[in-house]
Amino acid sequence: MAESPRRAGRTATHVTLLIGAAVMVGPFLWQFLTSLKTLTNATKVPPTIAPDWRWSNYGDVFGLLPFGDQIVNTVLMTAARTAGQLLFCSMAAYAFARLRFPGRGLLFGVFLSVLMVPPPLFVIPQYEIMADLGWLNSLTALIVPGLFSAFGVFLLRQFFLGLPKELDEAARLDGAGPLRIYWSVMLPLAKPGLLALGILTVLWSWNDLFWPLIVNTDPEKMTLSAGLASLQGQFQTDYPVLMAGSLLASLPVIVLFTVMQRHFIQGIAFSGNKG
Amino acid sequence: MTATVTGTADDVRTAVPAPVPARRRRRWRHRGAEAAWAYLLIAPTGLGLAVFYLWPVVQTGYFSFTEWGPFGGHEWVGLDNYRTLAADDEVLTALRNTVTYTVLGLLGIPLAVLFAALLNRPRLRGVSAYRALFFLPVVTMPVAVAMVWRWLYNGDFGLINYLLSLVGVEGPHWIADPATALYAMVAVGIWTSLGYNIVIFLAGMQSIPREYYEAASIDGAGALAQFRRITLPLLSPSLFFVSVLSVIGSLQLFDLVYVMGGSGQAARANPAFPRIQTVVHLFYDKAFYTNDRGYAAAIVMALLVLIVILTAIQFRLQKRWVHYG
Repeated sequence: MAESPRRAGRTATHVTLLIGAAVMVGPFLWQFLTSLKTLTNATKVPPTIAPDWRWSNYGDVFGLLPFGDQIVNTVLMTAARTAGQLLFCSMAAYAFARLRFPGRGLLFGVFLSVLMVPPPLFVIPQYEIMADLGWLNSLTALIVPGLFSAFGVFLLRQFFLGLPKELDEAARLDGAGPLRIYWSVMLPLAKPGLLALGILTVLWSWNDLFWPLIVNTDPEKMTLSAGLASLQGQFQTDYPVLMAGSLLASLPVIVLFTVMQRHFIQGIAFSGNKG
Repeated sequence: MTATVTGTADDVRTAVPAPVPARRRRRWRHRGAEAAWAYLLIAPTGLGLAVFYLWPVVQTGYFSFTEWGPFGGHEWVGLDNYRTLAADDEVLTALRNTVTYTVLGLLGIPLAVLFAALLNRPRLRGVSAYRALFFLPVVTMPVAVAMVWRWLYNGDFGLINYLLSLVGVEGPHWIADPATALYAMVAVGIWTSLGYNIVIFLAGMQSIPREYYEAASIDGAGALAQFRRITLPLLSPSLFFVSVLSVIGSLQLFDLVYVMGGSGQAARANPAFPRIQTVVHLFYDKAFYTNDRGYAAAIVMALLVLIVILTAIQFRLQKRWVHYG
């Protein structure tokens, strides 16, 4: 008898969670169903639920936009930014966490101050720099400012500080220099931290809109995010094709998330705990 | 949940190792060599941040006192931009929308706490599956999210109005109707960030020792009392963190407005647009659509002031309700 209110409570919990999950997943499901309909069926009142399995909508995305170019741009931008941040941020983070030098506290404070400034404040001068260098509408413009991250330095420094000191002291005793210790001792130990930063950088770069939108206005040079967004002003909206395009554009990160779910959640929780 | 507020100087000091034996010191020859390596390792990020982030802030501050000509070049106009801004309806409306959006966005927090609390129930099955589903919108491209919701909100063919019609309600043209547009966007914003907040809260809840709850139930405290007396106080650092992030994020809302509301000519043609225009969208419009960069700089400086004030208030209030274990 004592079990039944508990069981009722558990059922209520699942019902609430299922409703929540349905609200979360429902829009994606509708997006998928719409992406496989003809425009006529998608705009029927009342709507039809079943799709027409019109896979050609996915091919039509490539006619609507230089989608292939945009995929390449997005992949290259994301890869370059992520690789650059992992290298540069870990170098600086190691120095801040383990080496002694005059001005360390001050310099780190200056780094942190960048974290507190809202990004729109950087954008006009960044744009001017790109324009002066003739980098507008190029892959370089998409990549360069994103190579540097105060957040990344902060995150990895926290991580390095948590590693046992004995390890690099032992390496020092063996005659290893700072560069050697950074590369052969600290980096291998910092894999979880690097993974967290890598995941977050991939997520933010892939989904970034503001900066790519500003610097690259030529459709062939746009990222997926900016390319899709450029369709919003158009008069006749072909919703099935639009749904197919937005699904294709967000799919890589969703797949990555599904595969590396545990690391994603840990990375997010890790960055959250360090606030 | 160590809520160290990003300790800088203190952390650094405690991180300095105890005096090392002379023999070991000798291995790295000079202190100077260690410092030189440190500067070298910091140099790439240091220079990058200086050129692309620190100096630009100074420049944006300077630009806010200038007016830009149609063919490039700019001249000093003193406080003119700020004077114009203070009386500009477009700016004031955008500010009001942004603040409304920010305040309403906070409603997502209790919702996330509720779901996190449900997921934190002992021996619940399927926690990671639920968590993954709730997290899906967090990893989805915001532009794609905005597209999907624009379609769901569509007044004629949208799923939402169809579902409403089943219960006899005639839904509005959500994002094209000035009366509903802002609230429709707030809902999407909450929907998008819910999974992130749940993950943070769940991590916070899981770090609360189970013994506290066991002791409380022995003393006869019910689930609700336990939640109020144990969970909420111990979760307060996470609540604080999420509310600060939520405010900072909402104040900079752009992607959703850009895709759902339009930009340039499309925005000007949308009757509901003045109701959803945010400060950052207005900044974008002035800086890169009408090329009025001096004025745009002043707008974004005003945003900086707003963010600093609101964040300072939150840190002030924090002393009243945040408990650091």
